[in-house]
Amino acid sequence: MGLDLRIPLGTLFALIGVLLAIYGGATLGGPGMAPTGVPIDLVWGLVLVAFGVAMLGLARRARRTAKPDAEHGPRVP
Amino acid sequence: MTTLHGIDYAVMLLYFGFVLGIGVMLRRYVRTSEDFFLSGRSIPAWVTGLAFISANLGAQEVIGMGASGAKYGIATSHFYWIGAIPAMVFVGLFMMPFYYGSRARSVPEYLKLRFDEKTRGLNAIAFAVMTVFSSGISLYAMGKLLNLLLGWSFDLSILVAAGIVLAYIFLGGLTSAIYNEVLQFFLIVFGFAPLVFLGLRDVGGWAGLADRLAGVATANGYAPGAYTQSWRFMGSAAANPVGVEWFGLVMGLGFVLSFGYWCTDFLVVQRAMAANSMTAARRTPLIAAVPKMLFPFLVIVPGMLALVVSPTSGVRQTGPVVTASPTPTSPTSSTSPTSLTSAPAPGLVPPKRDARTGEPQRDARGRVVLDYDLATPMMLVHFFPAGLLGLGLTALLASFMSGMAGNVTAFNTVWTYDLYQSYVRPGAPDAHYLAMGRFATVFGVAISVAAAYVAASFNNIMDFLQLVFAFVNAPLFATFALGMFWKRATGHGAFAGLLAGTLAAAIHHGLSLPAGAAVGVKGGYLGIATTYPSELAQTFWTAIAAWLTCFGVTIALSLATRPRPPEELRGLVYGLTAKPTDDVRRWYERPAALALLVLAGAVALNLIFF
Repeated sequence: MGLDLRIPLGTLFALIGVLLAIYGGATLGGPGMAPTGVPIDLVWGLVLVAFGVAMLGLARRARRTAKPDAEHGPRVP
Repeated sequence: MTTLHGIDYAVMLLYFGFVLGIGVMLRRYVRTSEDFFLSGRSIPAWVTGLAFISANLGAQEVIGMGASGAKYGIATSHFYWIGAIPAMVFVGLFMMPFYYGSRARSVPEYLKLRFDEKTRGLNAIAFAVMTVFSSGISLYAMGKLLNLLLGWSFDLSILVAAGIVLAYIFLGGLTSAIYNEVLQFFLIVFGFAPLVFLGLRDVGGWAGLADRLAGVATANGYAPGAYTQSWRFMGSAAANPVGVEWFGLVMGLGFVLSFGYWCTDFLVVQRAMAANSMTAARRTPLIAAVPKMLFPFLVIVPGMLALVVSPTSGVRQTGPVVTASPTPTSPTSSTSPTSLTSAPAPGLVPPKRDARTGEPQRDARGRVVLDYDLATPMMLVHFFPAGLLGLGLTALLASFMSGMAGNVTAFNTVWTYDLYQSYVRPGAPDAHYLAMGRFATVFGVAISVAAAYVAASFNNIMDFLQLVFAFVNAPLFATFALGMFWKRATGHGAFAGLLAGTLAAAIHHGLSLPAGAAVGVKGGYLGIATTYPSELAQTFWTAIAAWLTCFGVTIALSLATRPRPPEELRGLVYGLTAKPTDDVRRWYERPAALALLVLAGAVALNLIFF
């Protein structure tokens, strides 16, 4: 299939991560927004951003390595 | 009931937008029926592997395993470490060469190639009916949960979820379903991982959890480790919460039910059939087995935690706080789990309430019956603040939707190829079957919605349907095992074996009853010959009876009927099929090496939690 799944996957998680991190950062001092003392929205948002960026990086690398191959004809599976 | 914040809705809307966007982007790649039903057999192994596990990650997995975790403790992990993992290794190493190599487009079609038309027809009809009802039950469970948890409209919840699933499958076919299943897999992982972290942190880690569950165990008459050790108390059915001894467990769950599901259910096998090579197809269940063996920590542990987390633990100081409702007569005290027999709501698990009176239900011994299905959802609303709650609920929604999508894609393929093309309109142009596939998607979703309302109307309909599924699925593995590994097995033998196995399951179930259950859908309708300590024990032994009967009848009738000549069975039966060669470079990518690693991991986990 022509669509590299890592692109929508990485984009979705990066965006959710950004949302959570911003919200978590903005409500850091607010009551109740850090369950059991852990700023979980902020921390988990950053984890999701890291995952999303890693997926996008892998997709980008795959595209780069695919291009030179394409110039030399299709790869044999 | 809890209310959501804007951030929670934003996460959900983002997810729905991506799900639909993937369907729209993939639409242009769907040109033939093989593209629509089998993704053009072009998907890489890591994607089909994650979809393989995600198609099974429906409501039954996420909600059901959490419920079982609260009810049975870590023994629930047997569904994974002696159930799913060995079966996934077996299907990857030994069965996939026949499924993929025969170029069958579905599991029922393999039965036609190997046996005959009537065996395929029987399996296709049973499977098509079961998938749409499974999908409907998943929808019903989702609508009910969202209504209970968030006060959302039941009708609107199921219509919106069904509409989204319909849209992305209609547009992108199986590829769209598979891509979204991978998305859903990661959502479930990232949505539930913080729940386990926060829950364990609250109770003092695994040691704290084990300590608190020891109190629950002794209150229920078991040894202190009965909820945190998976094998130690399996010597006797009375010594563990599952109510089954090791032989019934290994044979019933580990062999018959797990192999019956993972090796023959088209819902999951279809994902491997979409892989881009034979090696990728064989690696699909093996790759899936890696996260699968770790899933107990994600879906079972939250249920165990729900039993012992204090409803008043200081999680959030403001905003909606959801706690289990105590009965007027007995206040909840999670710090004294020994009060389980008298207290209605230990931990976060609320009591099951009578639909008419609203009063907590009690069993034959006067103990309050807990609503274990709410264990995981209660954990979510208890521990997650705004934002993360949106992610957790989106993960929950994703699990319902991926389960439904798996059923719908399997249904549209079996309907179009095995029923419509075979019996209604053979020989039509490919474009016609592609159009029929899209129509079957609409039809399948519509029946699922109708089935959800049927489930909502009848108290016991879900129990009844689960029972029928068990009757039909349990003997299937005997048919496939004999078909793939014994060239003498015949179509007449397979057909009669399947019918006899289903009948044996019904008879065994009709003559047995779980302790404390009333005669009816739970069994005993033919008389009570034996009583089992639990429903699970009864299910395992029913499955064993069905499998043994199917196995015996198939062999007996096959020996009495004429087999097909060997040249007609090439590529379909072991011994008449060339061994597949691996097209991978690194040693750990080989299916056999991957299988060994996976099995070693499963053995290690069994030993750690022995």
